[in-house]
Amino acid sequence: MDDDILLEEEQGWSQDQRAEYMLGALVCVVVALLLAMLIFVFHEAWPSFAHNGFAWFGAGGSVDSQIQAIFTSGDLKEAAVYTFHAWPLIWSTILTTGAAVVIAFVSSLFVAVFIVEFAPVRLRRVLEPVVRLLASVPSVIYGLVGVLVLVPFIGNHLVTQHEKASVTPIIQLSGSSVLAAVLILTVMIAPIMIAVFAEGLRAVPRGWLEGSLALGVNRWRTFWKVAVRTARPVLVAGTVLATARALGEAVMLSMVSGGVGFAPNPADGLIFLFEPSRPLAATIISNTEQLSSPPMKHTLYAIAAVLLFSAAMLSLIGWAAKQPMKRYGVVA
Amino acid sequence: MSSAPASLIAAPSPPPPAPVRRSESSASWRLTDRIGLGFAWLLGLLFCAIAVAIVGYFLVEGLRYLRPNLLVTNPAASVSESQTGGFLDPLLGTVIIAAMAMAIALPTGIAIAVWLSEFGRPAALARVAESGIEMLAGTPSVVLALFGTLLFEAPALGFLSQTNHGIVLGQSFFAAAAMLSLVALPMVVATVREGLQAIPSHVREASYAVGKTKIATTRRVLLPAARPSVITGAMLGVGRVIGDTAIVLLLLGGTLTFSSATSTPLLGTLRGTGDTLTGYIYYNAPTGDGNQPSKAYAAAFVLMLIVLTLNVGVDFAVRRSRAGGWN
Amino acid sequence: MELRKPPPVRRLTGNEGYAPLREAPPWPPDTAAPTPPGVPESNGNGHHPGPAFAGVARPTRAVPIAIDRMQVEDLSVAYGAKQAVQSVSLPIRQGEVLALIGPSGCGKTTLLRSLNRLTELTRGASSSGRITLDGVDIASMEPTALRRRVTMVFQQPNPFPMSVFDNVAYVLREQAKRRPKREAVRGAVQEALARAGLLDEVADNLDHPALRLSGGQQQRLCIARALAASPEVLLLDEPCSALDPQSTKLIEDLIGRLREDVAVVIVTHNLQQAYRIADYVAFMYLGEMVEYASAQKMFGSPGEQRTREYVSGAFG
Repeated sequence: MDDDILLEEEQGWSQDQRAEYMLGALVCVVVALLLAMLIFVFHEAWPSFAHNGFAWFGAGGSVDSQIQAIFTSGDLKEAAVYTFHAWPLIWSTILTTGAAVVIAFVSSLFVAVFIVEFAPVRLRRVLEPVVRLLASVPSVIYGLVGVLVLVPFIGNHLVTQHEKASVTPIIQLSGSSVLAAVLILTVMIAPIMIAVFAEGLRAVPRGWLEGSLALGVNRWRTFWKVAVRTARPVLVAGTVLATARALGEAVMLSMVSGGVGFAPNPADGLIFLFEPSRPLAATIISNTEQLSSPPMKHTLYAIAAVLLFSAAMLSLIGWAAKQPMKRYGVVA
Repeated sequence: MSSAPASLIAAPSPPPPAPVRRSESSASWRLTDRIGLGFAWLLGLLFCAIAVAIVGYFLVEGLRYLRPNLLVTNPAASVSESQTGGFLDPLLGTVIIAAMAMAIALPTGIAIAVWLSEFGRPAALARVAESGIEMLAGTPSVVLALFGTLLFEAPALGFLSQTNHGIVLGQSFFAAAAMLSLVALPMVVATVREGLQAIPSHVREASYAVGKTKIATTRRVLLPAARPSVITGAMLGVGRVIGDTAIVLLLLGGTLTFSSATSTPLLGTLRGTGDTLTGYIYYNAPTGDGNQPSKAYAAAFVLMLIVLTLNVGVDFAVRRSRAGGWN
Repeated sequence: MELRKPPPVRRLTGNEGYAPLREAPPWPPDTAAPTPPGVPESNGNGHHPGPAFAGVARPTRAVPIAIDRMQVEDLSVAYGAKQAVQSVSLPIRQGEVLALIGPSGCGKTTLLRSLNRLTELTRGASSSGRITLDGVDIASMEPTALRRRVTMVFQQPNPFPMSVFDNVAYVLREQAKRRPKREAVRGAVQEALARAGLLDEVADNLDHPALRLSGGQQQRLCIARALAASPEVLLLDEPCSALDPQSTKLIEDLIGRLREDVAVVIVTHNLQQAYRIADYVAFMYLGEMVEYASAQKMFGSPGEQRTREYVSGAFG
């Protein structure tokens, strides 16, 4: 009888061990796949960086003509052209992503505070599912709304004929512009931020809020000074998430931002809002037809590598931003 | 109660009027606080208005252009709009791709979540895996799509798509589904892991105490208990998969109808190219080659309906998981 | 920045003399009443055994002249259909510690929370009756103004996730018209910490994170935070139930010192604690106030039978 029990134990133990090894192997495979992705993307991107050096990130010449030159040179194996100065694309990305994140952050924080604390109950019950719905709408639908509603509106009603004429030699002000891109991107990432912020605000221990109210501090200040302050790590996490989404948004931005590799100059005045541009991710989408040309492929992979790197940097910045908050006991 | 003559019972004096209860009103706050509250109200209502506008706009326009026969006709390439057909193939494509991607992502995601939550040794691997999944969550889908072209154009994986004169095409349902599963994976892992961690430890201890192994406990006790989280994770994953356009554009080939690789019934279709609703919408938007906004509206309406249904499903699953708590 | 000054207190100069010190009467009382059913059996002498701790003499101390601060008149509070407090009337005076005792669920916490209108935070709560602060009905006051004069310390220490300094300065900063500079509030912060008996322990680093203090220190920090606003009434909801005996002793001594400046109302389920620190005791049972008496009487010869039973441990 003792032998039977021993046998059972042995079998059970190895059953767990086997399961652990199998699951662990699966995890290793997935991790290896992700590592392979990193390695391969940077490997394919290397020729473009090697040929351009740091000038890859700089300005110089028209990006669109450079892209064209790269593509056509693909057939000529010896004289492959790699010259690429991506600054207009980078600037467009910084502009649209930065403006959208800033506007979305402020609005989402206030809307989240409103939803969690100050909205009447019936309004809250409507807003919460609406936020979740908007957060899951596919980006191509946002792009469709932008192209069919916002872009014509800007092109026909906001941009004056005079302004259009003033820039005709260089670019066309058709409504696909920085303004359209920023507005739609903001509307796209705000629901994500609102959802994350609201969840974090709801998780603040009630004891702290009650304690502050019991001291005679009014509801608004209580909520801001205690709840929002406590939820700062969540604010960071939500912002990082939304920024990553904005950075990687290719499809919607390729529809509304203008499709021209042009760097809008804020010094031009208000007109710069109406100028077209094209962020990094949208450039990849616009040129997928040309993947067959090797130099083009390397260039596009270089852009992808920059995007990957930015996403990783974002995660790191988010992690670093949360560290000082841990000191006073705010749970990250 | 003893009865007393009415005259002996003194009439009770009317109670003093109760003072009006002053509840906390914003009138007593500082100006900055009142501005803040006003701002919050303003933005809250503005957000409502925008949401209603977007959803309403699609309802109206979509219903205007949606005709039932669009749902069942195959798209056809044609110059005149009346002959370009419907979007049956893209609709089926969406369904197929979602099913395939989740067939890969769901078991893998659950396995990874179980490993992270219940096993997790060595600790270094667990940390790397967590960071990897987080990185994957933040990776733009264009990058995944590009990597997919690299991966599936390799001759070794040629069996997953078509091969023309020795050059692997690299675009097929298999390819797109594989990369889309990577898009859904972080969602599934995060949700299932949260669900598993929410189960209090005394449940596990009770199971170990009767001699069950860890893996049996997980299969028989923990995963069934975490089923609402699994369903939520699956639906969130599906939501992300059907909403993705970049991977579809690069890896599915963008042919209007299914273009099978071989004549084998199912496998041929899956090895072949096709399209999904998102690709169809992109194609028919004014910025795309097709430029038929009416069809784009109709397809967008159908896509929104699908997303809406999924959302309602997620709400339902979340509410059920909260109802059957561990308290 | 205006810091609210507390109203003038009749401090004891020592010239007017103290009220005569009264020790607790010896137990068992000389008058032997027939043993009610349910009360523990009398010992051989025919007297009932009282609470075991009543043999220990109460800590004697000078009783300052008390000033009326709040008056609870016929208060009833209900949460939805459930009646939590029924027709309670009692006075709250500066200079004395009022202890609310009773078994769980008797409504003592609800009564405490009505004193600063915290019951209004719960949905479905309704109340009738009147509570006045210095003659003014608190229902007619702005809740934030009321809560600055009647502050509360909770059962679980809940310091904010900030430094010690920021915690105590919190009320001062949020009440002022313009955010005061750190130097301006430093004096008030240190005074509040001194009153709470915490200054010695944290003086060397006021920026220490509050959540890293020990439980007893955190609770004293919460008391300091409540005192920073110079309240007139301090409400304590079982402040020592989560603490070890040393911290409990520190806080009980602190309460004894505080009662000269603020009216103290403490809810406690610990009869020994009430015996040690209270001047007046209200015994509540199932929402009704069964008896309100001085501590000597309550633990010596309570009038009501239910009080007798509770105090001697027949139920709880």
